[in-house]
Amino acid sequence: MPAVAPGAIDCDLHPAVPSVKALLPYFDDHWRDMIVQRGVHELDSISYPNNAPMTARPDWKPETGKAGVDLDRLRVEALDEFQTSLAICNCLYGVQLLYTEDMAYAYARAVNDWMAAEWLDKEPRLRASIVIPPQNPEYAAAEIDRLAGDKRFVQVLMLVMDEMPLGRRRYWPIYKAAERHGLPIGIHAGSAYRHPVTPVGWPSYHAEDSAAQAQAFQTTLSSLMTEGVFAEFPDLKVVLLESGFAWLPSHMWRLGKFWRGLRMEIPWVDRHPMEIAKDHVRLTINPRDVPPSADAVERLMNHFESDEMLLFSTDYPHWQFDGDDALPEGLSPALAQKICQDNPLATYPRLKETV
Amino acid sequence: MNVKTETRTSVDVNQSAKLAIADCDIHPSPKSVEKEIYPYLEKRWQKHNETYGLLLRQPYQNGPAYPKGQPDASRRDAYPPEGGRPGSDVKFMGEHHLDLHNVKLGVLNPLKSGQGLQNIDFAAAYCRAVNDWQISHWTSQDARLKGSVCLPYEDAALSVSEIERRAGDPNYVQAFMLIRTSEPMGQRRYWPIYEACAAANLPLAVHAFGFGGTPSTSSGWPSYYIEDMVAHAQSAQAMLMSLVMEGVFERTPGLKIVVVEAGFAWLPPLAWRLDRIWEKNRDELPHVKRPPSEYIRDHVWLTTQPFEEPDRRSHLKDTMEWIGWDKLLFATDYPHWDFDDPARLPLPKVDDATRENFFLGNALDLYGLR
Repeated sequence: MPAVAPGAIDCDLHPAVPSVKALLPYFDDHWRDMIVQRGVHELDSISYPNNAPMTARPDWKPETGKAGVDLDRLRVEALDEFQTSLAICNCLYGVQLLYTEDMAYAYARAVNDWMAAEWLDKEPRLRASIVIPPQNPEYAAAEIDRLAGDKRFVQVLMLVMDEMPLGRRRYWPIYKAAERHGLPIGIHAGSAYRHPVTPVGWPSYHAEDSAAQAQAFQTTLSSLMTEGVFAEFPDLKVVLLESGFAWLPSHMWRLGKFWRGLRMEIPWVDRHPMEIAKDHVRLTINPRDVPPSADAVERLMNHFESDEMLLFSTDYPHWQFDGDDALPEGLSPALAQKICQDNPLATYPRLKETV
Repeated sequence: MNVKTETRTSVDVNQSAKLAIADCDIHPSPKSVEKEIYPYLEKRWQKHNETYGLLLRQPYQNGPAYPKGQPDASRRDAYPPEGGRPGSDVKFMGEHHLDLHNVKLGVLNPLKSGQGLQNIDFAAAYCRAVNDWQISHWTSQDARLKGSVCLPYEDAALSVSEIERRAGDPNYVQAFMLIRTSEPMGQRRYWPIYEACAAANLPLAVHAFGFGGTPSTSSGWPSYYIEDMVAHAQSAQAMLMSLVMEGVFERTPGLKIVVVEAGFAWLPPLAWRLDRIWEKNRDELPHVKRPPSEYIRDHVWLTTQPFEEPDRRSHLKDTMEWIGWDKLLFATDYPHWDFDDPARLPLPKVDDATRENFFLGNALDLYGLR
């Protein structure tokens, strides 16, 4: 397997909120009262059942409680282990799943302030994504503006399955704010569960919920491109997190084929979707839905027609690989170098400012 | 694609295929529902149709949720000179498509067949009428054409009785559903359909579109027709995922699924992903005994229209090898606007036997017509 060279940038790892108690200091009096008085439960999404195999790698799982809550363990198991120079924290506490938009706004602010105080202040290798309430794009934009001055926040975080397809104009205030501050939009696996996680209804098994994320990323990319997000915001980048990546070329072939036949419907899309993807879309390397042989992986990599689209990630503490096998067989050393360092630096302009 | 095609009798017919072909996705329509379908529909349902029409889980009485890219989603040169919808005249279709492209086997997939109607009894009656009509107006009129048994698939018992009614009838080569079901196809309510198909030795074709009522993306309804069209591929992936993960292929080893008009290049990445997730969740899936990719390799065929077109044909060749050349079935989608012309298909270079099987042999083998 290709080794991860020292100095890699880990673009997706997951410090977890241990419990709402840890967040209480970061709410204002009103919301602290509400949470205590109403006995608000933990906002743990069904996307990651706490004891499900992929939620925590066996050797990264604590005896009791959630994985990813302990900074010391994260330092040893994720940062030191892979000798990463920088790592981007994507907190998956279920803020986006709430139905009340003011409550979601309050939780987003609390999670972000908790992230800054409990993780970023304590570990200089960590960076983070800004959690926003997509329930209300104006609140979301305000939260981006509030935190944009802190250069340790390098990205805006959304979930791939929301109330509407993410290209819808309703969300554009979020993209406008992100572009204004030079922040990519990180779109992570997960759902607000407003709709079934498959386009043919609710599945039976957690394994299906995991697998269905790839289809959600595909339709989300269709939406972002056809609605004209990248025409309206030419400097915007989106990073697909925990998305898998093997599906990207064939999806672009299909979208491109229909673009040739139906571009009259979306005249603002003036290039082949694959060309748009090369300029605007990045994907993290774990989980990797790759073929079983190194030769086939190499061929798959050629289908991307670009060595700039993939970004290193461990997805810590989720279980995507064992040991230090963080990169798939079949990557050339030059491509591995691009994935681990050059591409993340090119994607996140703020990383250079803070090294 | 989106063009007014000239009469092309001068084209070197099948310069790419150079041989007789199978077209595994042709869409026939009645010239007149009253004249062609009513004779097979009970008076009660004729009256129902006059009173309420065909009510689907979508907004409009007539026409699709997303206006198409062409009138009736059709090639502008496919209107029969005698009048009627594209695909409604067996003689014209014979000349305009079957003769011109040297189609030896044409598989009929009727779309306005009653499938997906909210009223399930009406759906069953309408499907049965359309199945009768396929014989009287098509397969008995042109021996190159074979029908599909349209199922009122949201009710398994009604579907099973329709399969049993048609089993053994050489006019039909497969049973027929639409991808967008009201629940994922692997779920138990549909299992009797699969057992009946296997018992009747009928492959089950699952075609793009459908009216299950669930938004066509897992983030809700998209805005554009292009999104709706591209999203058939995601629905197809979800459909196959469900069949595998619910253990349908383990339970019904004789089941053969044909994915129609939903593309094919997405299949290898889906199989790789399912294998990885299956491996880590074996405890949840004790009924799935083998890696998902193996079930897919053994049980799934795909029609190729709309043919994926990467810049480099070698990339498509990788993909087709990963799927297995023996699992791909050529289709045109006649008379629809996104028709794939067999004479102009950007097929990767392969040996003659592989190409012949791609255009014809795979279909003859699957349908037992060799």
